[in-house]
Amino acid sequence: MATDISKHAHTGIQDVEQLTIAPLRHPWRNVAVAIVLVLVLALLYSVATNPEFQWPVVGRYLFDPLILRGVVMTLVLTAIIMVLACVGGTLVALMLISPSRLLSVPANLFVWFFRGMPALVQLIFWYNMALLFKQIGLFIPFYGMVFSIPTNDIITPFVAAVIALSLQESGYMAEIVRNGLKSVGRGQTEAALCLGMKPSLLMRRIVLPQSMRVIIPPTGNEMINLLKTTSLVSTIAVGDLLYSAQSIYARTFETIPLLLVASAWYLAIVSVTTVGQSYLEFHFSRDEAKAKPSLLNSIASQLFSFRRRSRS
Amino acid sequence: MNHFERFGVDPNTMIHAAGVRKNFGPLEVLKGVDLTVSKGSVACIIGPSGSGKSTFLRCINHLEEVNSGLILVDGNFVGYRLQGDTLHELPASAICQRRAEIGMVFQHFNLFPNMTVLENLIEAPVRVRKEPVAQAREHALELLRRVGLEAKRDVYPRNLSGGQQQRVAIARALAMKPKVLLFDEPTSALDPELVGEVLEVMKDLAQGGMTMVVVTHEIGFAREVADTLVFMDGGVVVEKGDPKEMIANPTSQRTRDFLGRVL
Ligand SMILES: Nc1ncnc2c1ncn2[C@@H]1O[C@H](COP(=O)(O)OP(=O)(O)OP(=O)(O)O)[C@@H](O)[C@H]1O
Ligand SMILES: [Mg+2]
Repeated sequence: MATDISKHAHTGIQDVEQLTIAPLRHPWRNVAVAIVLVLVLALLYSVATNPEFQWPVVGRYLFDPLILRGVVMTLVLTAIIMVLACVGGTLVALMLISPSRLLSVPANLFVWFFRGMPALVQLIFWYNMALLFKQIGLFIPFYGMVFSIPTNDIITPFVAAVIALSLQESGYMAEIVRNGLKSVGRGQTEAALCLGMKPSLLMRRIVLPQSMRVIIPPTGNEMINLLKTTSLVSTIAVGDLLYSAQSIYARTFETIPLLLVASAWYLAIVSVTTVGQSYLEFHFSRDEAKAKPSLLNSIASQLFSFRRRSRS
Repeated sequence: MNHFERFGVDPNTMIHAAGVRKNFGPLEVLKGVDLTVSKGSVACIIGPSGSGKSTFLRCINHLEEVNSGLILVDGNFVGYRLQGDTLHELPASAICQRRAEIGMVFQHFNLFPNMTVLENLIEAPVRVRKEPVAQAREHALELLRRVGLEAKRDVYPRNLSGGQQQRVAIARALAMKPKVLLFDEPTSALDPELVGEVLEVMKDLAQGGMTMVVVTHEIGFAREVADTLVFMDGGVVVEKGDPKEMIANPTSQRTRDFLGRVL
Protein backbone atom coordinates (compact mmCIF):
# COMPACT_ATOMS: atom_id res chain seq x y z
CA MET A 1 0.00 0.00 0.00
CA ALA A 2 2.69 2.46 0.99
CA THR A 3 4.45 2.09 -2.34
CA ASP A 4 1.15 2.70 -4.15
CA ILE A 5 0.67 6.03 -2.42
CA SER A 6 4.18 7.18 -3.10
CA LYS A 7 3.80 6.21 -6.75
CA HIS A 8 0.72 8.46 -6.95
CA ALA A 9 2.54 11.28 -5.27
CA HIS A 10 5.22 11.18 -7.90
CA THR A 11 2.89 11.21 -10.88
CA GLY A 12 2.51 15.01 -10.83
CA ILE A 13 -0.09 17.60 -9.99
CA GLN A 14 -2.30 17.03 -13.01
CA ASP A 15 -3.06 13.48 -11.93
CA VAL A 16 -3.88 14.63 -8.43
CA GLU A 17 -6.39 17.10 -9.78
CA GLN A 18 -8.09 14.36 -11.76
CA LEU A 19 -8.82 12.39 -8.61
CA THR A 20 -12.53 12.33 -7.86
CA ILE A 21 -14.26 11.81 -4.56
CA ALA A 22 -17.23 9.44 -4.37
CA PRO A 23 -19.48 10.84 -1.63
CA LEU A 24 -20.64 8.39 1.03
CA ARG A 25 -24.22 7.29 0.29
CA HIS A 26 -26.86 7.40 3.01
CA PRO A 27 -29.65 5.01 1.91
CA TRP A 28 -31.40 4.94 5.29
CA ARG A 29 -31.54 8.68 5.38
CA ASN A 30 -33.58 8.62 2.16
CA VAL A 31 -35.99 6.13 3.69
CA ALA A 32 -36.41 8.40 6.73
CA VAL A 33 -37.05 11.40 4.50
CA ALA A 34 -39.73 9.46 2.62
CA ILE A 35 -41.49 8.46 5.84
CA VAL A 36 -41.43 12.01 7.18
CA LEU A 37 -42.76 13.32 3.89
CA VAL A 38 -45.68 10.91 3.90
CA LEU A 39 -46.57 11.80 7.48
CA VAL A 40 -46.41 15.54 6.81
CA LEU A 41 -48.61 15.22 3.72
CA ALA A 42 -51.15 13.15 5.61
CA LEU A 43 -51.25 15.73 8.36
CA LEU A 44 -51.64 18.64 5.93
CA TYR A 45 -54.40 16.80 4.12
CA SER A 46 -56.40 16.17 7.26
CA VAL A 47 -55.89 19.72 8.51
CA ALA A 48 -57.08 21.13 5.21
CA THR A 49 -60.06 18.87 4.73
CA ASN A 50 -61.37 18.18 8.24
CA PRO A 51 -64.31 20.59 8.60
CA GLU A 52 -63.95 20.57 12.41
CA PHE A 53 -60.97 22.93 12.07
CA GLN A 54 -63.43 25.52 10.81
CA TRP A 55 -60.86 27.65 9.03
CA PRO A 56 -63.37 30.33 8.00
CA VAL A 57 -64.15 30.89 11.70
CA VAL A 58 -60.43 31.17 12.43
CA GLY A 59 -60.15 33.85 9.77
CA ARG A 60 -63.09 35.73 11.19
CA TYR A 61 -61.69 35.92 14.72
CA LEU A 62 -58.00 36.38 13.88
CA PHE A 63 -58.28 40.19 14.10
CA ASP A 64 -61.29 40.37 16.40
CA PRO A 65 -60.97 43.40 18.74
CA LEU A 66 -61.26 41.21 21.81
CA ILE A 67 -58.48 38.93 20.53
CA LEU A 68 -56.30 41.93 19.70
CA ARG A 69 -56.83 43.31 23.20
CA GLY A 70 -55.73 39.93 24.50
CA VAL A 71 -52.63 40.04 22.32
CA VAL A 72 -51.74 43.48 23.68
CA MET A 73 -52.27 42.30 27.25
CA THR A 74 -50.04 39.29 26.69
CA LEU A 75 -47.33 41.48 25.17
CA VAL A 76 -47.57 44.06 27.94
CA LEU A 77 -47.44 41.39 30.64
CA THR A 78 -44.45 39.70 29.01
CA ALA A 79 -42.60 42.98 28.56
CA ILE A 80 -43.18 44.25 32.10
CA ILE A 81 -42.32 40.92 33.69
CA MET A 82 -39.22 40.48 31.54
CA VAL A 83 -37.89 43.95 32.37
CA LEU A 84 -38.53 43.45 36.08
CA ALA A 85 -36.96 39.99 35.92
CA CYS A 86 -33.84 41.29 34.16
CA VAL A 87 -33.33 44.02 36.74
CA GLY A 88 -34.21 41.75 39.67
CA GLY A 89 -32.20 38.85 38.26
CA THR A 90 -29.12 41.02 37.81
CA LEU A 91 -29.37 42.32 41.37
CA VAL A 92 -29.78 38.81 42.75
CA ALA A 93 -26.87 37.60 40.56
CA LEU A 94 -24.62 40.35 41.93
CA MET A 95 -25.61 39.22 45.43
CA LEU A 96 -24.94 35.59 44.48
CA ILE A 97 -21.34 36.32 43.47
CA SER A 98 -20.72 38.67 46.39
CA PRO A 99 -17.94 37.53 48.73
CA SER A 100 -20.19 38.52 51.64
CA ARG A 101 -22.25 35.56 52.83
CA LEU A 102 -24.82 37.96 54.27
CA LEU A 103 -25.70 38.77 50.67
CA SER A 104 -25.08 35.46 48.92
CA VAL A 105 -27.06 33.25 51.30
CA PRO A 106 -30.33 35.23 51.00
CA ALA A 107 -29.83 35.37 47.23
CA ASN A 108 -29.42 31.60 47.11
CA LEU A 109 -32.57 31.18 49.18
CA PHE A 110 -34.43 33.51 46.83
CA VAL A 111 -33.43 31.50 43.78
CA TRP A 112 -34.18 28.21 45.50
CA PHE A 113 -37.65 29.31 46.60
CA PHE A 114 -38.97 31.19 43.59
CA ARG A 115 -37.51 28.85 41.02
CA GLY A 116 -38.79 25.82 42.90
CA MET A 117 -42.42 26.90 43.21
CA PRO A 118 -44.74 26.16 40.27
CA ALA A 119 -45.82 29.33 38.48
CA LEU A 120 -49.51 28.46 38.80
CA VAL A 121 -49.21 28.01 42.57
CA GLN A 122 -47.48 31.38 42.92
CA LEU A 123 -50.12 33.05 40.78
CA ILE A 124 -52.99 31.74 42.85
CA PHE A 125 -51.10 32.54 46.03
CA TRP A 126 -50.59 36.21 45.16
CA TYR A 127 -54.15 36.41 43.84
CA ASN A 128 -55.37 35.32 47.26
CA MET A 129 -53.03 37.58 49.23
CA ALA A 130 -56.04 39.25 50.85
CA LEU A 131 -56.69 36.02 52.76
CA LEU A 132 -53.27 36.42 54.38
CA PHE A 133 -53.13 40.22 54.88
CA LYS A 134 -56.46 42.04 54.93
CA GLN A 135 -54.78 45.45 54.85
CA ILE A 136 -51.48 46.70 53.53
CA GLY A 137 -50.07 49.76 55.22
CA LEU A 138 -47.00 51.58 56.42
CA PHE A 139 -46.46 51.51 60.17
CA ILE A 140 -43.77 53.68 61.70
CA PRO A 141 -42.85 52.88 65.31
CA PHE A 142 -43.61 55.71 67.80
CA TYR A 143 -45.66 57.45 65.12
CA GLY A 144 -48.37 55.05 64.15
CA MET A 145 -50.09 53.99 60.97
CA VAL A 146 -49.25 56.30 58.06
CA PHE A 147 -51.73 54.79 55.64
CA SER A 148 -53.52 51.54 55.19
CA ILE A 149 -55.36 50.17 52.17
CA PRO A 150 -57.37 46.99 51.70
CA THR A 151 -55.12 44.42 50.04
CA ASN A 152 -57.62 43.72 47.28
CA ASP A 153 -57.38 47.35 46.12
CA ILE A 154 -53.67 47.00 45.45
CA ILE A 155 -53.27 43.40 44.44
CA THR A 156 -55.55 43.37 41.42
CA PRO A 157 -55.36 40.23 39.27
CA PHE A 158 -52.96 42.08 36.95
CA VAL A 159 -50.65 43.09 39.81
CA ALA A 160 -50.77 39.58 41.25
CA ALA A 161 -49.77 38.20 37.86
CA VAL A 162 -46.89 40.66 37.48
CA ILE A 163 -45.56 40.05 40.99
CA ALA A 164 -45.85 36.27 40.89
CA LEU A 165 -44.35 35.77 37.45
CA SER A 166 -41.58 38.36 37.80
CA LEU A 167 -40.45 36.84 41.08
CA GLN A 168 -40.24 33.44 39.48
CA GLU A 169 -38.59 34.79 36.35
CA SER A 170 -36.06 36.72 38.47
CA GLY A 171 -35.00 33.44 39.97
CA TYR A 172 -34.28 32.01 36.53
CA MET A 173 -32.63 35.19 35.28
CA ALA A 174 -30.38 35.37 38.35
CA GLU A 175 -28.85 32.01 37.47
CA ILE A 176 -28.43 33.03 33.83
CA VAL A 177 -26.81 36.35 34.68
CA ARG A 178 -24.55 34.73 37.25
CA ASN A 179 -23.28 32.26 34.67
CA GLY A 180 -22.66 35.14 32.30
CA LEU A 181 -20.71 37.13 34.87
CA LYS A 182 -18.62 34.09 35.74
CA SER A 183 -17.73 33.65 32.06
CA VAL A 184 -15.72 36.89 32.04
CA GLY A 185 -12.14 36.19 33.06
CA ARG A 186 -10.40 37.67 36.09
CA GLY A 187 -7.85 39.29 33.77
CA GLN A 188 -10.53 41.64 32.45
CA THR A 189 -11.43 42.82 35.94
CA GLU A 190 -7.80 43.30 36.86
CA ALA A 191 -7.00 45.22 33.69
CA ALA A 192 -9.94 47.52 34.35
CA LEU A 193 -8.94 48.01 38.00
CA CYS A 194 -5.40 48.87 36.91
CA LEU A 195 -6.83 51.58 34.66
CA GLY A 196 -8.45 53.10 37.72
CA MET A 197 -11.99 51.92 37.05
CA LYS A 198 -14.27 51.69 40.08
CA PRO A 199 -16.00 48.33 40.66
CA SER A 200 -19.37 49.77 39.58
CA LEU A 201 -17.90 51.23 36.39
CA LEU A 202 -16.01 48.09 35.45
CA MET A 203 -19.12 46.03 36.05
CA ARG A 204 -21.15 48.30 33.77
CA ARG A 205 -18.60 48.83 31.02
CA ILE A 206 -16.47 45.71 30.97
CA VAL A 207 -18.02 42.70 32.69
CA LEU A 208 -21.72 43.08 31.84
CA PRO A 209 -21.26 43.80 28.11
CA GLN A 210 -18.91 40.85 27.78
CA SER A 211 -21.20 38.52 29.69
CA MET A 212 -24.05 39.48 27.35
CA ARG A 213 -23.06 36.98 24.71
CA VAL A 214 -23.44 34.22 27.27
CA ILE A 215 -26.58 35.75 28.77
CA ILE A 216 -28.64 36.52 25.65
CA PRO A 217 -29.33 33.07 24.15
CA PRO A 218 -30.82 31.54 27.32
CA THR A 219 -32.62 34.82 28.00
CA GLY A 220 -34.31 34.55 24.61
CA ASN A 221 -35.47 31.08 25.59
CA GLU A 222 -36.69 32.41 28.92
CA MET A 223 -38.64 35.10 27.16
CA ILE A 224 -40.36 32.61 24.88
CA ASN A 225 -41.13 30.44 27.89
CA LEU A 226 -42.48 33.43 29.74
CA LEU A 227 -44.68 34.43 26.83
CA LYS A 228 -46.29 31.03 26.99
CA THR A 229 -46.39 30.97 30.78
CA THR A 230 -48.42 34.18 30.79
CA SER A 231 -51.31 32.11 29.45
CA LEU A 232 -51.64 30.83 33.03
CA VAL A 233 -52.94 34.24 34.09
CA SER A 234 -56.22 33.42 32.39
CA THR A 235 -56.93 31.31 35.51
CA ILE A 236 -57.01 34.45 37.65
CA ALA A 237 -59.14 36.40 35.16
CA VAL A 238 -56.49 38.62 33.58
CA GLY A 239 -57.61 39.37 30.03
CA ASP A 240 -54.69 37.92 28.09
CA LEU A 241 -54.76 36.24 24.71
CA LEU A 242 -55.92 32.85 25.96
CA TYR A 243 -58.52 34.44 28.25
CA SER A 244 -59.94 36.40 25.28
CA ALA A 245 -60.15 33.27 23.19
CA GLN A 246 -61.79 31.38 26.04
CA SER A 247 -64.31 34.12 26.69
CA ILE A 248 -65.38 33.99 23.06
CA TYR A 249 -65.72 30.24 22.77
CA ALA A 250 -67.54 30.14 26.10
CA ARG A 251 -70.28 32.01 24.27
CA THR A 252 -70.09 30.49 20.78
CA PHE A 253 -68.68 27.00 21.53
CA GLU A 254 -66.26 27.39 18.61
CA THR A 255 -63.52 26.00 20.83
CA ILE A 256 -61.08 24.59 18.29
CA PRO A 257 -60.98 27.56 15.90
CA LEU A 258 -60.42 30.01 18.74
CA LEU A 259 -57.62 27.93 20.16
CA LEU A 260 -56.13 27.98 16.67
CA VAL A 261 -56.41 31.77 16.63
CA ALA A 262 -54.56 31.98 19.97
CA SER A 263 -51.92 29.50 18.76
CA ALA A 264 -51.33 31.50 15.59
CA TRP A 265 -50.74 34.66 17.60
CA TYR A 266 -48.41 32.93 20.08
CA LEU A 267 -46.38 31.50 17.21
CA ALA A 268 -46.25 34.85 15.42
CA ILE A 269 -44.98 36.66 18.51
CA VAL A 270 -42.39 33.97 19.21
CA SER A 271 -41.10 34.25 15.63
CA VAL A 272 -40.66 38.00 15.91
CA THR A 273 -38.90 37.57 19.26
CA THR A 274 -36.49 35.11 17.69
CA VAL A 275 -35.47 37.59 15.02
CA GLY A 276 -34.92 40.27 17.65
CA GLN A 277 -32.78 37.85 19.60
CA SER A 278 -30.48 37.13 16.68
CA TYR A 279 -29.99 40.87 16.20
CA LEU A 280 -29.04 41.29 19.85
CA GLU A 281 -26.67 38.36 19.63
CA PHE A 282 -25.01 39.99 16.66
CA HIS A 283 -24.72 43.30 18.49
CA PHE A 284 -22.88 41.77 21.44
CA SER A 285 -20.48 39.71 19.37
CA ARG A 286 -19.50 42.42 16.90
CA ASP A 287 -15.84 41.47 17.22
CA GLU A 288 -16.56 37.97 15.88
CA ALA A 289 -19.19 38.58 13.22
CA LYS A 290 -18.23 39.53 9.69
CA ALA A 291 -21.50 40.91 8.33
CA LYS A 292 -24.76 42.02 9.86
CA PRO A 293 -27.43 39.34 9.40
CA SER A 294 -30.17 40.43 7.05
CA LEU A 295 -33.72 40.03 8.26
CA LEU A 296 -34.48 37.19 5.88
CA ASN A 297 -31.21 35.47 6.57
CA SER A 298 -31.74 35.45 10.27
CA ILE A 299 -35.26 34.07 9.92
CA ALA A 300 -34.07 31.42 7.53
CA SER A 301 -31.12 30.45 9.70
CA GLN A 302 -33.39 30.14 12.71
CA LEU A 303 -35.94 28.00 10.92
CA PHE A 304 -33.64 25.74 8.98
CA SER A 305 -30.03 25.03 9.65
CA PHE A 306 -28.52 23.67 6.50
CA ARG A 307 -25.71 21.25 6.92
CA ARG A 308 -22.59 22.80 5.50
CA ARG A 309 -20.49 20.61 3.28
CA SER A 310 -16.77 20.95 3.54
CA ARG A 311 -16.41 20.49 -0.20
CA SER A 312 -18.36 22.64 -2.58
CA MET B 1 0.69 64.38 50.19
CA ASN B 2 4.24 63.11 50.26
CA HIS B 3 5.34 60.76 53.00
CA PHE B 4 8.84 60.08 51.66
CA GLU B 5 10.43 62.59 54.03
CA ARG B 6 8.72 61.12 57.06
CA PHE B 7 10.07 57.66 56.22
CA GLY B 8 13.51 59.03 55.40
CA VAL B 9 13.38 58.24 51.69
CA ASP B 10 15.22 60.22 49.01
CA PRO B 11 12.64 62.55 47.36
CA ASN B 12 13.91 61.44 43.97
CA THR B 13 12.32 58.04 44.57
CA MET B 14 9.25 56.75 42.71
CA ILE B 15 8.60 53.43 44.45
CA HIS B 16 9.74 52.59 47.94
CA ALA B 17 9.02 49.14 49.35
CA ALA B 18 10.32 48.06 52.72
CA GLY B 19 9.77 44.82 54.61
CA VAL B 20 6.85 43.75 52.42
CA ARG B 21 5.28 40.53 53.64
CA LYS B 22 2.38 38.75 52.05
CA ASN B 23 0.81 35.40 52.68
CA PHE B 24 -2.03 33.50 51.08
CA GLY B 25 -3.44 31.63 54.05
CA PRO B 26 -0.62 29.59 55.53
CA LEU B 27 1.61 30.08 52.46
CA GLU B 28 4.08 32.93 52.96
CA VAL B 29 4.86 34.25 49.48
CA LEU B 30 6.73 37.48 50.26
CA LYS B 31 9.01 37.36 53.28
CA GLY B 32 10.20 40.93 53.65
CA VAL B 33 10.93 42.45 50.25
CA ASP B 34 12.87 45.73 50.08
CA LEU B 35 13.17 47.67 46.86
CA THR B 36 13.62 51.30 45.89
CA VAL B 37 13.10 52.53 42.35
CA SER B 38 14.09 56.11 41.59
CA LYS B 39 12.20 58.37 39.22
CA GLY B 40 12.89 57.71 35.57
CA SER B 41 14.74 54.46 36.18
CA VAL B 42 14.05 50.90 35.10
CA ALA B 43 14.15 47.94 37.47
CA CYS B 44 14.00 44.42 36.09
CA ILE B 45 12.98 41.59 38.38
CA ILE B 46 14.08 38.07 37.55
CA GLY B 47 13.76 34.86 39.49
CA PRO B 48 12.46 31.31 39.36
CA SER B 49 8.76 30.49 39.04
CA GLY B 50 6.83 30.86 42.28
CA SER B 51 9.36 33.21 43.85
CA GLY B 52 6.69 35.89 44.33
CA LYS B 53 7.56 38.31 41.51
CA SER B 54 3.99 38.72 40.26
CA THR B 55 2.68 38.93 43.80
CA PHE B 56 5.12 41.74 44.57
CA LEU B 57 4.09 43.69 41.46
CA ARG B 58 0.43 43.26 42.39
CA CYS B 59 1.16 44.57 45.89
CA ILE B 60 2.64 47.75 44.40
CA ASN B 61 -0.67 48.75 42.82
CA HIS B 62 -2.70 47.25 45.66
CA LEU B 63 -4.32 44.47 43.63
CA GLU B 64 -3.15 42.45 46.64
CA GLU B 65 -3.07 43.83 50.17
CA VAL B 66 0.22 43.40 52.00
CA ASN B 67 0.16 41.75 55.39
CA SER B 68 2.90 43.99 56.72
CA GLY B 69 5.51 46.38 55.45
CA LEU B 70 5.41 49.61 53.58
CA ILE B 71 4.89 50.47 49.92
CA LEU B 72 4.94 54.11 48.84
CA VAL B 73 4.40 55.17 45.25
CA ASP B 74 5.45 58.76 44.57
CA GLY B 75 5.37 59.38 48.31
CA ASN B 76 1.91 58.02 48.92
CA PHE B 77 0.18 54.83 49.95
CA VAL B 78 -2.06 53.34 47.27
CA GLY B 79 -4.60 51.71 49.55
CA TYR B 80 -4.36 53.73 52.75
CA ARG B 81 -4.51 57.18 54.25
CA LEU B 82 -1.88 57.89 56.87
CA GLN B 83 -3.14 59.84 59.85
CA GLY B 84 -0.81 60.13 62.81
CA ASP B 85 0.48 56.60 63.23
CA THR B 86 -2.55 54.86 61.77
CA LEU B 87 -3.11 53.64 58.23
CA HIS B 88 -6.79 53.98 57.40
CA GLU B 89 -8.03 51.72 54.64
CA LEU B 90 -9.39 53.75 51.74
CA PRO B 91 -12.73 53.12 50.01
CA ALA B 92 -12.57 51.48 46.58
CA SER B 93 -13.19 54.72 44.68
CA ALA B 94 -10.21 56.46 46.29
CA ILE B 95 -7.93 53.46 45.69
CA CYS B 96 -8.96 53.48 42.04
CA GLN B 97 -8.01 57.12 41.69
CA ARG B 98 -4.51 56.39 42.92
CA ARG B 99 -4.23 53.17 40.99
CA ALA B 100 -4.97 55.08 37.79
CA GLU B 101 -1.50 56.63 38.11
CA ILE B 102 0.15 53.21 38.05
CA GLY B 103 -0.05 51.47 34.69
CA MET B 104 0.13 47.70 34.41
CA VAL B 105 0.85 45.44 31.46
CA PHE B 106 -0.05 41.77 31.76
CA GLN B 107 1.37 38.57 30.37
CA HIS B 108 -1.91 37.83 28.59
CA PHE B 109 -2.57 41.43 27.44
CA ASN B 110 -6.13 41.51 28.85
CA LEU B 111 -7.42 43.89 26.20
CA PHE B 112 -11.17 44.40 26.30
CA PRO B 113 -12.44 42.12 23.50
CA ASN B 114 -15.75 43.96 23.17
CA MET B 115 -14.05 47.21 22.17
CA THR B 116 -11.95 48.23 19.19
CA VAL B 117 -8.33 49.20 19.65
CA LEU B 118 -9.19 52.90 19.82
CA GLU B 119 -12.07 52.26 22.23
CA ASN B 120 -9.73 50.26 24.45
CA LEU B 121 -7.42 53.27 24.64
CA ILE B 122 -9.98 56.00 25.33
CA GLU B 123 -12.21 54.03 27.71
CA ALA B 124 -10.37 54.86 30.94
CA PRO B 125 -9.32 58.45 30.09
CA VAL B 126 -12.93 59.29 29.23
CA ARG B 127 -14.72 57.35 31.96
CA VAL B 128 -12.22 57.66 34.80
CA ARG B 129 -10.41 60.93 34.09
CA LYS B 130 -13.45 62.55 32.43
CA GLU B 131 -11.33 63.76 29.54
CA PRO B 132 -13.31 65.10 26.56
CA VAL B 133 -13.65 62.37 23.94
CA ALA B 134 -11.96 64.41 21.18
CA GLN B 135 -8.91 65.03 23.32
CA ALA B 136 -8.72 61.41 24.44
CA ARG B 137 -8.93 60.26 20.82
CA GLU B 138 -6.15 62.54 19.76
CA HIS B 139 -3.89 61.34 22.55
CA ALA B 140 -4.80 57.72 21.78
CA LEU B 141 -3.95 58.11 18.10
CA GLU B 142 -0.62 59.66 19.02
CA LEU B 143 0.12 56.68 21.27
CA LEU B 144 -0.90 54.22 18.55
CA ARG B 145 1.48 55.96 16.20
CA ARG B 146 4.18 55.58 18.80
CA VAL B 147 3.69 51.82 19.01
CA GLY B 148 3.30 51.64 15.22
CA LEU B 149 -0.34 50.54 15.15
CA GLU B 150 -2.25 53.59 13.96
CA ALA B 151 -3.68 51.57 11.06
CA LYS B 152 -5.31 49.10 13.49
CA ARG B 153 -7.37 51.67 15.38
CA ASP B 154 -10.76 50.22 14.37
CA VAL B 155 -9.83 46.56 14.63
CA TYR B 156 -11.01 44.30 17.43
CA PRO B 157 -8.23 42.82 19.58
CA ARG B 158 -8.95 39.22 18.55
CA ASN B 159 -7.86 40.11 15.01
CA LEU B 160 -4.40 41.22 16.13
CA SER B 161 -1.27 39.15 16.60
CA GLY B 162 0.01 38.65 20.14
CA GLY B 163 2.78 41.19 19.66
CA GLN B 164 0.33 43.76 18.32
CA GLN B 165 -2.06 43.10 21.19
CA GLN B 166 0.70 43.65 23.70
CA ARG B 167 1.73 46.92 22.04
CA VAL B 168 -1.91 48.06 22.22
CA ALA B 169 -1.97 47.06 25.89
CA ILE B 170 1.10 49.20 26.51
CA ALA B 171 -0.51 52.12 24.67
CA ARG B 172 -3.67 51.63 26.72
CA ALA B 173 -1.68 51.87 29.95
CA LEU B 174 0.11 54.98 28.65
CA ALA B 175 -3.21 56.63 27.78
CA MET B 176 -3.72 57.26 31.50
CA LYS B 177 -0.39 59.14 31.64
CA PRO B 178 0.85 56.98 34.50
CA LYS B 179 3.78 57.85 36.74
CA VAL B 180 4.99 54.25 36.74
CA LEU B 181 4.50 51.26 34.48
CA LEU B 182 4.52 47.75 35.87
CA PHE B 183 5.13 44.86 33.45
CA ASP B 184 4.40 41.27 34.43
CA GLU B 185 6.25 39.04 31.94
CA PRO B 186 5.04 41.07 28.96
CA THR B 187 6.67 38.81 26.38
CA SER B 188 6.21 35.36 27.94
CA ALA B 189 3.03 34.57 26.01
CA LEU B 190 4.46 35.64 22.65
CA ASP B 191 5.94 33.64 19.79
CA PRO B 192 9.71 34.19 19.72
CA GLU B 193 9.63 36.28 16.56
CA LEU B 194 7.11 38.70 18.14
CA VAL B 195 9.10 39.33 21.32
CA GLY B 196 11.39 41.85 19.64
CA GLU B 197 8.70 44.34 18.62
CA VAL B 198 7.35 44.55 22.17
CA LEU B 199 10.79 44.91 23.74
CA GLU B 200 11.53 47.66 21.22
CA VAL B 201 8.52 49.66 22.43
CA MET B 202 9.57 49.13 26.05
CA LYS B 203 13.12 50.25 25.27
CA ASP B 204 11.73 53.45 23.72
CA LEU B 205 9.70 54.11 26.85
CA ALA B 206 12.73 53.60 29.06
CA GLN B 207 14.74 56.04 26.99
CA GLY B 208 11.86 58.50 27.21
CA GLY B 209 12.31 58.57 30.99
CA MET B 210 9.36 56.38 32.05
CA THR B 211 9.77 54.73 35.43
CA MET B 212 9.29 51.00 34.91
CA VAL B 213 9.32 47.82 36.95
CA VAL B 214 9.60 44.83 34.65
CA VAL B 215 9.27 41.19 35.65
CA THR B 216 10.90 39.33 32.78
CA HIS B 217 12.79 36.30 31.63
CA GLU B 218 14.55 38.32 28.89
CA ILE B 219 18.00 38.60 30.44
CA GLY B 220 19.32 40.35 27.31
CA PHE B 221 16.71 43.08 27.67
CA ALA B 222 17.47 43.44 31.37
CA ARG B 223 21.18 43.76 30.74
CA GLU B 224 20.68 46.41 28.08
CA VAL B 225 17.85 48.50 29.50
CA ALA B 226 17.65 48.06 33.27
CA ASP B 227 19.27 50.45 35.72
CA THR B 228 18.77 47.93 38.48
CA LEU B 229 18.54 44.18 38.21
CA VAL B 230 16.71 42.43 41.03
CA PHE B 231 16.94 38.70 41.65
CA MET B 232 14.11 37.29 43.74
CA ASP B 233 13.93 33.79 45.14
CA GLY B 234 11.74 32.27 47.86
CA GLY B 235 9.92 35.52 48.59
CA VAL B 236 12.98 37.69 49.23
CA VAL B 237 15.29 39.86 47.17
CA VAL B 238 18.45 37.80 47.06
CA GLU B 239 20.60 40.24 45.16
CA LYS B 240 20.22 43.54 43.35
CA GLY B 241 22.55 45.87 41.55
CA ASP B 242 23.92 46.97 38.23
CA PRO B 243 22.69 44.45 35.63
CA LYS B 244 25.92 44.02 33.67
CA GLU B 245 27.99 43.56 36.79
CA MET B 246 25.49 41.21 38.39
CA ILE B 247 25.19 39.03 35.31
CA ALA B 248 28.96 38.91 34.91
CA ASN B 249 29.77 38.13 38.56
CA PRO B 250 26.79 37.27 40.71
CA THR B 251 27.74 37.32 44.39
CA SER B 252 25.18 34.84 45.64
CA GLN B 253 25.24 31.16 44.80
CA ARG B 254 21.47 31.13 44.13
CA THR B 255 21.79 33.93 41.58
CA ARG B 256 24.65 32.10 39.92
CA ASP B 257 22.59 28.88 39.67
CA PHE B 258 19.58 30.71 38.24
CA LEU B 259 21.58 32.68 35.68
CA GLY B 260 23.39 29.50 34.72
CA ARG B 261 20.04 27.90 33.94
CA VAL B 262 18.52 30.74 31.90
CA LEU B 263 21.53 32.09 30.01
N1 LIG C 1 -4.34 34.38 44.82
C1 LIG C 1 -3.50 33.43 45.29
N2 LIG C 1 -3.93 32.54 46.21
C2 LIG C 1 -3.12 31.60 46.69
N3 LIG C 1 -1.84 31.43 46.33
C3 LIG C 1 -1.33 32.29 45.42
C4 LIG C 1 -2.13 33.32 44.85
N4 LIG C 1 -1.37 34.00 43.97
C5 LIG C 1 -0.16 33.44 44.00
N5 LIG C 1 -0.12 32.40 44.87
C6 LIG C 1 1.05 31.57 45.15
O1 LIG C 1 2.11 32.43 45.48
C7 LIG C 1 3.33 31.93 45.00
C8 LIG C 1 4.06 33.00 44.23
O2 LIG C 1 3.30 33.31 43.09
P1 LIG C 1 3.75 34.39 42.02
O3 LIG C 1 2.72 34.38 40.96
O4 LIG C 1 4.01 35.69 42.72
O5 LIG C 1 5.11 33.80 41.48
P2 LIG C 1 6.00 34.29 40.26
O6 LIG C 1 7.33 34.58 40.81
O7 LIG C 1 5.31 35.41 39.56
O8 LIG C 1 6.04 33.03 39.35
P3 LIG C 1 5.96 32.90 37.76
O9 LIG C 1 7.33 33.18 37.24
O10 LIG C 1 5.56 31.49 37.54
O11 LIG C 1 4.94 33.88 37.29
C9 LIG C 1 3.00 30.70 44.16
O12 LIG C 1 3.31 29.57 44.93
C10 LIG C 1 1.53 30.81 43.94
O13 LIG C 1 0.96 29.53 43.90
MG1 LIG D 1 4.28 35.60 37.65
